[in-house]
Amino acid sequence: MKNITVRYFAMFREHAGLSEEMLRLDVATARDVFEQTRSRHGSAEPESHCKVAINDELADWSSPVQDGDTILLFPPVAGG
Amino acid sequence: MIEITGEPIDPAALRESLADDGAGGFCAFEGWVRNRNEGRAVRRLEYEAYAPLAIAEGERVIAEAMQRFPFLGARCVHRIGTLEIGELAVWVGVSAAHRDEAFKACRYIIDEIKIRLPIWKKEHYVDGDSGWVNCERCATHAGA
Repeated sequence: MKNITVRYFAMFREHAGLSEEMLRLDVATARDVFEQTRSRHGSAEPESHCKVAINDELADWSSPVQDGDTILLFPPVAGG
Repeated sequence: MIEITGEPIDPAALRESLADDGAGGFCAFEGWVRNRNEGRAVRRLEYEAYAPLAIAEGERVIAEAMQRFPFLGARCVHRIGTLEIGELAVWVGVSAAHRDEAFKACRYIIDEIKIRLPIWKKEHYVDGDSGWVNCERCATHAGA
C-alpha cells in the first residue's frame, strides 16, 4: 500500500466534489490510480483521451508510482 | 514565452514586445469566444488551467517550433476564468526573418497548445445547461 495524493481537475474535480485527497492505494502505475479512482472522478473516458502527471511532470499511464507521490488526473483538454 | 492570465489580453502590447529589427514578418493568431458550438448557442465560456504544467508544456511547444521553423520571437498568452462572447481567449504571435517561418511557427504553437496543455473549457449555454468541451464521456459513472 502506498500513500498517494490524487488531484482532480475540471470535470474530474466537479465529480469528485473535491480537488485533492490523500488515499492509501495498492497501485504500481499511474494507470492503477486512474482505475482505482474511477468511481470518484466518474469517468468512462478512455485513458488515451486523458492525461496524467506525477509530481508536476507529465507522465505516461504506465509510469511507476511511488509512496508519497502526487498524481494529477487531467480530463480531456480543450485549450484555445 | 507563455503566460496564463486571468486578465484581459492586450494584443497591441504583445505585438510591440515582439518587434525586432531583423524581423521581416510577423504573424499572430487570436482565439475568440464564439457564440455557438456543435449546434448549441453559447452564452459564455469558463477556462481553467493547471498553470505550472501548462507553462512548462507551453515552453516545450515554443522550443519545438523554434527548432522546426527558426524565428526571432514568440509569445503566447492564454486567458483563464469567465469569458464572454467575442473576448480574446488565446493569443499567439511570432516574429521571424521571413513570413514562412512566422506563419508556420504560429500555426504549430496554437495547434499543439490546444491538444497538449492542461487547459479546460466549460461552455455555458443559452438554455442554462453547461458542459466541458471534449469530455463527452466524463459524466458517465463507470462502474459506480
